[in-house]
Amino acid sequence: MRFLRPTLKLAALLLSSVLSFPVLAAGSVDVYGELENPSLQARYEHITEDLRCLVCQNESIADSNVELAADLRRQVREMLIAGKSDDAIFKFMTDRYGEFVRFNPPLTPKTWLIWGAPFIMVAVGAVIIIRVARQRARLPLDDEPASEN
Amino acid sequence: MWKFVIPVAAFVALAVLFAVGLNPHRDIHALPSPLIGKAAPKFDLTDVMDPSRRVDTAALKGQVYVLNVWGTWCVACREEHDELLAIAQQHVVPLIGLDYMDQRDKARQWLTQLGNPYQSVGFDTDGRTAIDWGVYGAPETFLVDGQGRVIFKFISPMTAEVWQNEFVPRIAAARRSGA
Repeated sequence: MRFLRPTLKLAALLLSSVLSFPVLAAGSVDVYGELENPSLQARYEHITEDLRCLVCQNESIADSNVELAADLRRQVREMLIAGKSDDAIFKFMTDRYGEFVRFNPPLTPKTWLIWGAPFIMVAVGAVIIIRVARQRARLPLDDEPASEN
Repeated sequence: MWKFVIPVAAFVALAVLFAVGLNPHRDIHALPSPLIGKAAPKFDLTDVMDPSRRVDTAALKGQVYVLNVWGTWCVACREEHDELLAIAQQHVVPLIGLDYMDQRDKARQWLTQLGNPYQSVGFDTDGRTAIDWGVYGAPETFLVDGQGRVIFKFISPMTAEVWQNEFVPRIAAARRSGA
């Protein structure tokens, strides 16, 4: 009995999370439904996930319930149906809202620091580690009597 | 030498970062508009007050004008409304409204009850004009020069201070540089 209870609890938890998943998925914010052409739908999902909702700045327009996000999704959908390329759609958005609208800003002279910062930090960290390690290597071992140096 | 320079340099860098980042006057949600210096997006909409009239950017050509984006759902727009009325009283520049994500009846009632500071108000039924202008909230106020270029954008409720310090000098400069 003592062992059964936590197991049951766990099972109930798992079951409820599994059951609630389709509900969450059904709660998707899109009013127009899916695009008929599956490849367009895939591009639609990819683009709307890469565009920031500027009202709630850490959400993508794919995730946001805000009216502006709905208007922008409609815009993306219409441009896809009109045969516009992904680049043309991103350009449309950045011309109006700036680079900040993209979660994945393209590599340009203005954004190289964003993209380069992780590598610079790793390099700085590596230099520090190497220097510390070399310094330590030159130090006498702790258990050696000091008089021997 | 380095033992002294590195901590001091790090301190100065952090101090600058904090001075900029924690400045209470800085609105962290305000974004620079990519439209500044570019041609103002065109629109041709019906007027909120009179659907038979058009509010067309082509008709504003050659004029310095202010475009104020608002909606009756927007609390901050109510907040700035008296200031807009005061600005309209000065007759410095035409104030054009863009009513965004709104209902015509409500907008009309708002302007009738509170007073109408606008020369005309475009009714943006489906938010497309707002997207063209890169609007992501309200109120937003744009300044357009005589060549039809956006020269300034202010996000937040208008205040007398902002009007005097940010708009009036730019309007004067735009007029001086011709057009």
